[in-house]
Amino acid sequence: MMPVETAEEAKKDATYLKALKDLIYQCADDDFIISFRGSEWLGLAPHIEEDVAFSSITQNTMGHAVMFYSLLEELGEGKADALAHERQPDERRNAVYLEKKNGEGSYLGEPYYDWALTVVRNFLYETFKKVKLKAITNSSYQPLANVAEKVLMEQPYHLSHWRIWVEQLLASTEDARSRLEERLEEAWYAFGDVLELGQYATEMEHFQLMIGEDELKELWLEEVKTTIKDLPNGTPKKQLGSGREGEHTADFDQALEVLSEVYVSDENAIW
Amino acid sequence: MYIYSGASQPEESSHVDDQEKYEQFMARIEAGEKIEADDWMPDDYRQALIKLISMHGISEIMGALPEKEWVPKAPTLKRKLGIMAKVQDEMGHGQLLLRVAEDLMRPYGKTRGDLMDDLLSGDLKFHNVFHMPTKTWADAGMVGWLVDGAAIISQTNMLDASYGPYQRALQRICQEEVFHAQHGEAIIMALAEGTEHQRQILQESLNRWWSALLMFFGPKSADTTGSSKQDIMIKYRIRKSSNEELRQAFLDKYLPRVFSLGLTVPDETAHYDEEKGEWVYQQPDWNEFKQIIKNKGPRSKERLRLREVAYENNRWVRQALTSEAVGS
Ligand SMILES: [Fe+2]
Ligand SMILES: [Fe+2]
Repeated sequence: MMPVETAEEAKKDATYLKALKDLIYQCADDDFIISFRGSEWLGLAPHIEEDVAFSSITQNTMGHAVMFYSLLEELGEGKADALAHERQPDERRNAVYLEKKNGEGSYLGEPYYDWALTVVRNFLYETFKKVKLKAITNSSYQPLANVAEKVLMEQPYHLSHWRIWVEQLLASTEDARSRLEERLEEAWYAFGDVLELGQYATEMEHFQLMIGEDELKELWLEEVKTTIKDLPNGTPKKQLGSGREGEHTADFDQALEVLSEVYVSDENAIW
Repeated sequence: MYIYSGASQPEESSHVDDQEKYEQFMARIEAGEKIEADDWMPDDYRQALIKLISMHGISEIMGALPEKEWVPKAPTLKRKLGIMAKVQDEMGHGQLLLRVAEDLMRPYGKTRGDLMDDLLSGDLKFHNVFHMPTKTWADAGMVGWLVDGAAIISQTNMLDASYGPYQRALQRICQEEVFHAQHGEAIIMALAEGTEHQRQILQESLNRWWSALLMFFGPKSADTTGSSKQDIMIKYRIRKSSNEELRQAFLDKYLPRVFSLGLTVPDETAHYDEEKGEWVYQQPDWNEFKQIIKNKGPRSKERLRLREVAYENNRWVRQALTSEAVGS
């Protein structure tokens, strides 16, 4: 397949365009929601150094979401801000596991957030992101491949940040290790939809936008195993639903309500 | 700078350890030399610095809390990125300053953990502005514009401070503060040029913050709240100007901008007196100020509670980090 250099070119083939947009929505929405969950942690991390490092990662990740939304804007999907703030849950393509609340309580009061969930989730997600973006650097859609290259310049630091946390906590106290293992078990029930490519998976592979789902899963698992030796059996299921198909949970409604509160408070405003 | 001159009395050093060392020390700072962490320094200098820098550091960290309320809510992608970067910087300032304070506290055997305990027990104060509520997005802009604006004025006043590690930390902090003020100003400008609703939340926000901003620089003299640390700070070349001079510089820089945006301040008497060459304004309620910094401000309890929950909730993580490896 010939590389597609511009948005105009991509728009010529309706099936290509559909698959392409779905893939970019997945990338954008995943980064957007995980960055939102990260932003709720601000000021609440285990120590100040971590607060600084984590918020830097959160900020970069939001920057990645912006790059992906901008690609969609070029493809005629509307303004990046509208895509981020206005779309309904069933239009969102982020994985359900990523929208799960950080823990009990709210970032505004009594935040009983769980660092074990955050470490496990971010490590698994950043590993996935690395594998996925590497595959996308060979994508037939050049503007997307270029963004993947750019994101991959800083993303490895994010992954190694969370890898170090996993290694440190697993090698520390019994308590820490069992907290992490519990969250890993949980991930094996819910991480499944992160690893999926949604209804256009076949087209994505066919148009060389992306590798196939099976290969993606395999690469991810291999990479995770280099850090965590004792993983739960099999591959992750998706018991919370499939975000790639537009299924979302009440946790997601909470996220949307908060992140668009000001945006929707005045329809005519420029902020 | 996030310290009040006058909240409490610095402990006087009981004696000058060594008259000769003391004279050399004074000669050095008067010649503009910088004192380093391992250098000899008088006790009251060390104590004044610990108080100043730990309060400054902890205020950066507590100062992240009112703004962070708006980080997840920021109304556009650009604003989300801007406010994330800004609050991250503030945490970074806190980190930088607490390290400077830790080095100073070492001879007393105190650590960062003690500072956190002091914060939660109320022994370590944080700046009055960070006890205030943020009710709308306009407050997020107001903090960046005027609170950071006030911080720039008091911090640049110490850019030549005699204590080297603090002075160098301030150099870096002040560079970043310039971006913070720009970030805040951009939010404010968008509101000022915006819809009626936006202008309304902006004016309400300024009304809400006005007296806290006047209080920012601390009382004019010791008579107002009981005692003053201004003198020792100036004697030891840590700062140059008095509280009132700093407040005047702030009013001088910002009131014309406030008025040119068509905004008002909730003080009809506020004006520039050409003859005296200074701004005339109504004193804020300094008794209220005293209450606020005793953690009896509008949001003091909630903000401390956030820190406390985070601290307790992450205890297992800190324990894990300090434990011996048990193998994997
Ligand atoms: Fe700061
Ligand atoms: Fe600042």
